[in-house]
Amino acid sequence: MQLKFCLDFEKPIAELEAQLASLRSQAGASDPDGQLGMEDEIRRLEAKVHKFLDTTYASLSPWQKCQVARHPDRPHARRYVDSLLTDIVPLSGDRLFSEDTALIAGLGRFDGTAVAFLGQEKGEGMEGRIRHNFGMLRPEGYRKAQRIMDLAERFRLPVLAFVDTPGAYPGVGAEERGQAEAIARTIEKSLRLKVPMISVVIGEGGSGGAIALATANRVNMLEHAIYSVISPEGCASILWRSAEKIRDAADALGLTAKVLLDLRVVDRVITEPIGGAHRNPEAVLRTTHEAIASDLRDLSSLSSEQVVSGRRARFLQFGDGIA
Amino acid sequence: MNWISKVFRPKIRALVSRKSKDVPENMWEKCPSCGQMSFQKELAENLRTCPHCGHHLRMTAEARLASLFDDQRYDRVPLASVKRDDPLHFKDREKYTERLKRSRANTGLQDAALVGDGRIGGVPAVVFALDFRFLGGSMGMAVGEALLTAGKRAVERRAALVLVTASGGARMQEGILSLMQMPRSILALEQVKEADLPVINILADPTTGGVTASFGMLADIHISEPGAMIGFAGQRVIEETIRESLPDNFQRAEYLLDHGMIDLVVPRRELAETLAKVLRLLRSG
Repeated sequence: MQLKFCLDFEKPIAELEAQLASLRSQAGASDPDGQLGMEDEIRRLEAKVHKFLDTTYASLSPWQKCQVARHPDRPHARRYVDSLLTDIVPLSGDRLFSEDTALIAGLGRFDGTAVAFLGQEKGEGMEGRIRHNFGMLRPEGYRKAQRIMDLAERFRLPVLAFVDTPGAYPGVGAEERGQAEAIARTIEKSLRLKVPMISVVIGEGGSGGAIALATANRVNMLEHAIYSVISPEGCASILWRSAEKIRDAADALGLTAKVLLDLRVVDRVITEPIGGAHRNPEAVLRTTHEAIASDLRDLSSLSSEQVVSGRRARFLQFGDGIA
Repeated sequence: MNWISKVFRPKIRALVSRKSKDVPENMWEKCPSCGQMSFQKELAENLRTCPHCGHHLRMTAEARLASLFDDQRYDRVPLASVKRDDPLHFKDREKYTERLKRSRANTGLQDAALVGDGRIGGVPAVVFALDFRFLGGSMGMAVGEALLTAGKRAVERRAALVLVTASGGARMQEGILSLMQMPRSILALEQVKEADLPVINILADPTTGGVTASFGMLADIHISEPGAMIGFAGQRVIEETIRESLPDNFQRAEYLLDHGMIDLVVPRRELAETLAKVLRLLRSG
């Protein structure tokens, strides 16, 4: 597979893949019957690429995970919604000020069950990224989320949320219109929600902007996604007073799925295909589908009281530092 | 470590630290706004507002509790300590455990929050106050726990809950567990609201980040002090993002009042009286 965008540590892999691609085209042209033994060479190279990816991705450092989580080719919220749901009806606007395209939202069916969905969308390509404000929600996005939660509650629909944001948008207008209040109120609404809510951190779980959509009954996280109180960049500049210490900050923050599973912040880690979600989106969409289906099965038998009390207990537990 | 450091260092340290505790009584403090010097004692008597320009300086949690309760009398509500307070073994330029130790020594507090139980204007009230000197009043597990304790106490005593915030936001050294205090702190308020008891926030300088974006913005009534900085994102981050200079008064209490985020801006010397009035009205229905 040829990637449009290549991370530093993926360069040796990309070189091997380029070799492989040229070998394949040569083989197609000069050795259509496979008599020159090029097939063997191709298979050998393929195995090498596979092994390289496997070992690289099995031992990614926290900072490398940040890079993978932010990879532009990584499947974004729209991709999950389009592939996991049918009968999709997109819904827009907070009814107060404006529409926020950083949050996609609406109704659909998951395996036949009607659900409401929320997704922080980073956008594709430069134009798409700008249109979706790089997945950074303004207060209107959070207020739209509250509106959708109200709707879901009224019609007893479970809520699916796909989390992928660098953080809530830091802007003058956002502050003026109550970014803090909008996030706080969304968390409050999530804690009161009488229907099950399932969140999946698919890429970047950036601080308060992320937890506003992750105060759920079940929180799933992709293997190479990150979820943190502050970005490694922000943490390095505040605590180390040096932008160069991002690797140290990423190590210290414990922002990987494995650490968060140990801390019980995350209930399940969704395995990614070898080489990350961006190399095989179909595979990760399948495993995500299985995870949500299993959560929905578990939660569907609960009464609304159990749904609320279970979610509350889940978040009350983070007080003793004991994993 | 040789015998000299074993025997003498702690003694010297004790001497020095005792001295440093005594000294501030007689010391001058410079107003960060007008630059004029005032006696510490005079400032304390003036509820730490500058006698020259009226600027509201930061207050310790202890002074804050005393300033709000009737006759400065209240019971200190005991707070449980966190079993494992450094679950990530966090170390930046310094270990988190060292930072905690130093903050505890300098403030005499176990963590950034204090909770008192008493009366304001005769109305039973539990006051939770953050102390900015303790790691910037940041919210970690201990602060979340203190808030839950305060909420529980308010419900038990059928008291109002008053929250005085002064915080840089979430405590980064506790990683994701500090982020988890956002929903946790909101649940602390929820129990009080469900008991139909009032929650009043006093947003003091500064209240930012995860504290504003959780319990900071969810009280029944929001009061602030003149000039207090209140916001979500840091000003530098905003400037770097929008690449323009920020409006005058941006993220100040008066600015938030104009934009509908708070109810009142009240000078500190009128705060206790205002609270008393509000609580009496809310409790007389």
